[in-house]
Amino acid sequence: MAIDFGFKLSPSSAINLDRLDTEAFNRLAELEPDVRKCISCGSCTATCTAGKFYDIGLRKILIYLQRGMEKEAIEMLEHCMLCGKCSMVCPRGLNTRHIVLSISSIYKKTEQ
Amino acid sequence: MRERFISGYNDFVIPFMAGMIFILVYLAVALLRLIFQLPARDRKKFFLSLLNPKILLKNLRDIVCDCLLHVKIFKRNPLLGYMHASIAFGWFMLIVIGHIEVFLFTPHRAKLLYYPIFFRFFVAETNETLGGGFFFFLMDFFLLVVLSGIALAMFKRIRSRALGMRRTTKLSFMDHIGLYALWSIFPLRLLAEGFTAGISGGSFLTASINKILPAFLSDPANILPTWWAYSIALGVFFFVMPFTRYMHIPTEVMMILFRNAGLKITHPRKGVAKTHVYTCASCGLCIDACPMGAEKINIKDATVYLTRQIKRGNEKRIKEISEKCLMCGKCTAICPVGLDATGLREAQRSLIDYPLKLDFASLPEQSPQKATGKVLYFAGCMTQLTPKIHRAMAGILDASGLKWEFMDKDGGICCGRPMMITGRKDEAMKLVEKNTSLIKSSGATVLLLSCPICYKIFKEEYRLSGIRVVHHTEFIDELIANGAVSVYYDPETTFVYHDPCELGRGCGVYEEPRRVVSAAGTLVKAGKERKESICCGGSLGSITLPFERRKAITEHSLHNLVVNDPDTIVTACPLCSSTFARYSDRPVQDIAEIINERLIKS
Amino acid sequence: MNKNIVIIGGGPAGMEAASQLISLGYSPIIIEKTSSLGGHLARWDRLFPDREPAKDLLNELLVKLNGANVFYDSDIVSLNRLNDSYNVILSNGISILAQAVLIATGFNLFDARKKEEYGYGIYDKVITNADLESYFKDGFDERFNESEIKRIGFVHCVGSRDEKACNRQCSKVCCITALKQAIELKEKFPDSIIYCFYMDLRLFGRKYEDIYLSAQKDFGIRFIRGRVSEASEDIDGNVVIKAEDTLTGKPLKVTLDLLVLMAGMSANPAANKLAGMLSLAIDSDGFLQSYDNVAHIHRSRKKGIFYAGTCTGPKTLPETLSEARSAALDIHNYLKEQDSHGD
Repeated sequence: MAIDFGFKLSPSSAINLDRLDTEAFNRLAELEPDVRKCISCGSCTATCTAGKFYDIGLRKILIYLQRGMEKEAIEMLEHCMLCGKCSMVCPRGLNTRHIVLSISSIYKKTEQ
Repeated sequence: MRERFISGYNDFVIPFMAGMIFILVYLAVALLRLIFQLPARDRKKFFLSLLNPKILLKNLRDIVCDCLLHVKIFKRNPLLGYMHASIAFGWFMLIVIGHIEVFLFTPHRAKLLYYPIFFRFFVAETNETLGGGFFFFLMDFFLLVVLSGIALAMFKRIRSRALGMRRTTKLSFMDHIGLYALWSIFPLRLLAEGFTAGISGGSFLTASINKILPAFLSDPANILPTWWAYSIALGVFFFVMPFTRYMHIPTEVMMILFRNAGLKITHPRKGVAKTHVYTCASCGLCIDACPMGAEKINIKDATVYLTRQIKRGNEKRIKEISEKCLMCGKCTAICPVGLDATGLREAQRSLIDYPLKLDFASLPEQSPQKATGKVLYFAGCMTQLTPKIHRAMAGILDASGLKWEFMDKDGGICCGRPMMITGRKDEAMKLVEKNTSLIKSSGATVLLLSCPICYKIFKEEYRLSGIRVVHHTEFIDELIANGAVSVYYDPETTFVYHDPCELGRGCGVYEEPRRVVSAAGTLVKAGKERKESICCGGSLGSITLPFERRKAITEHSLHNLVVNDPDTIVTACPLCSSTFARYSDRPVQDIAEIINERLIKS
Repeated sequence: MNKNIVIIGGGPAGMEAASQLISLGYSPIIIEKTSSLGGHLARWDRLFPDREPAKDLLNELLVKLNGANVFYDSDIVSLNRLNDSYNVILSNGISILAQAVLIATGFNLFDARKKEEYGYGIYDKVITNADLESYFKDGFDERFNESEIKRIGFVHCVGSRDEKACNRQCSKVCCITALKQAIELKEKFPDSIIYCFYMDLRLFGRKYEDIYLSAQKDFGIRFIRGRVSEASEDIDGNVVIKAEDTLTGKPLKVTLDLLVLMAGMSANPAANKLAGMLSLAIDSDGFLQSYDNVAHIHRSRKKGIFYAGTCTGPKTLPETLSEARSAALDIHNYLKEQDSHGD
């Protein structure tokens, strides 16, 4: 039975892990298991070549995808130049270019 | 020579004739389809090339050197070269001389396909065939040549190392059938001609066989079955040929013609790509050459297996093999037929569908810097992470007195090569366009690069009319040669130079860096170098190879570099330099650093 | 007692173990590769958490060691088993037949030059934690001008938790060392702004959290959760670093007058050499593998070979000293048992 607290969380401002659809991310992790190794240090964002021109960072993209915020992730990803600088600085040795390509092959931009 | 049969026919020629007709029809259809598959522009280019005497001459030379004499394999390993050349050239000569015999002695049979092949069965020796004696000798001689090649080939199956190969290809089922058919053709021919040597004549080989094995050979009941066996072996070989690696024999000719016409792989499977796939003779030289071979798990990803999977249409494996490759180009460099393995893989990669499209529309197009008449230095993404390299370049440029500007001191737009190599050419070209207009608007006259990855795409895809594109190895070489900078030379310091894949095999720059290093100290040799240099393992070319699978490759490459115990490893690529530094037991420096450290300030 | 015990390494672990063995009645022999005892401790200025002078601890260790045999400037040339003993041959030609060997070779400070992107050895204003301790000790560092120091950055995890640096492990002591040094710098330069760039703050020890709180509250140290990706130099010779402020999700850039790299602990190749001579197991992190990782960290799997300190992985000084005492006691029990077997 739902208890009425007298207020509601607005749906857009909260992440509800109970309702999270993890299917796409699991497929991504199958294609490139490295996505699970990220420790969110942010080196990739800091060094990103495209980051000089756009709001982009692989750390954020991976977090967004794991929290069901696919639209935000995809908007960032479309400016990636695949230069590979992030793979050079990543302390965990993530294969960042394959992560980007794998995301590009699984996720689609949804037109609104 | 006198004909033994008025009909000039015996039933045993049927297997051969069936095989021969089959393969001729097959090849004719395949040829038409191949030419039809070419894009219209390439087709025109191809036909025009056939009218150009210079190209025709080159075609002829390449066909003789590559298809018949296997000069490239000879250079690699004389024994392996002999094995290939003896079979190809020997067989070719048997066919040619067979035809000459027919033309000389039985010209009215010239239109029969089988007559030159089974000539010895259909004729008998007469007293006046002095010319025949000459041909007998030639035929026996070339048969011996082929047989020696076959013997070597059998030996290679057991002990490949003796022929300079550590690993050999695992053959497919059809390849085995083709192989055994090929192996049996010539011993059977020897036996068959041994029978008739008493009738139709023979030389040191066939005549001797005839004398050594009289018990078997004198029994006429054995004659026909042996000729049948010989004919069947030939027939089987021709029937299975399109489905085996032996398709490389006819295809290589087309590949040479296309290559000399200047055609490149555009479609991943059709046209030029097809010639490259079928020209692969599955010799397996690429297996040992592949730097990924440092780990056994990668052996099945060598180019020989890529072409096989393309022939089979195994899309899953094609994708896997294409995406894993480091794109170092070493297999292409050592390939006896010059198969464009990186081009082929890049084309396969272009097949991958990425629903997510990229957008670079809002990138700037005007350079904020003015560099009119100056040298514009583009360090590139990777060099941003190796400040020692761009600082050394700044030191050298300042010392040279040239006017220069640092284009991407605060970061720039990626050159597009890392995108290009993943097969996304259209997206890469968007980056190329942006950089092109940035560079043009700067007014520079020279574009100086430190990163070979950038250098390759700048040379191949950028259209920067009036702006000279130069890598820093070449530039420093010029500065030293024209006296703009002087370098302190210390013969006591020893260096080894690592050829970065994109600079060496990619752009053909081998001499300049060696001259530069030699100006600073003593250059020692690596185990393998120049076009056989071993990739550092850091390459952006591989899409799927994970970080932890690259260590073995790097260690293998380092091991090759230090065979002569140099003090320092010198390279000319920021990626190689960072990759080596991770596991090297001695200093790794960029060529710019060793020069900057030794500049003699005036 | 006529038992020979060889202790390889004259740092805190080796010294403490030696003094404990002396008090148990043995005459251990210390083999030290340099010309003085103390190891990394001798180069440090003050110790966390209470900022006790390092030289006080060093003096205490030296006093307790009074009378021990020390071979200075000596390397182990060979070490092999002879029945129940070990034959140790030194680079000075001396050979010792030891009934027990204690390996206390310690760690190597990660060479910060390997993280090229931080520019150590290229930019003058980039120094390491060890350089900073020397500066505190000696009072000067020729690379930077004290009067110019207004903005200081600390980079945590340099060569730790980094596959690219071939060190996956956490070095354990750098987080708290960074806080200690940040506070010390702030005391020295009260007008300066100090940033700590971290991936995770691992302040596990007693009093460490107090120091963290104090660093925030009393000293105004600014903590930024993001790993520095690279450093460059501007026209004035200042260091500009790039990181992502992961908590706001924005790339961040800051100009500094001094950048301190918290170089971590990596395995000492000298220990690997010994491991090769004795076929001792090396763990995946490159440090020596203990008998187990709970009750017998100070034991090897070879009879008569014992470990103390950071040769088995990054440790704090109190851990190292306790381990040295455990090892000394374990050696004592081992030799007693050998004796009773011999009777």
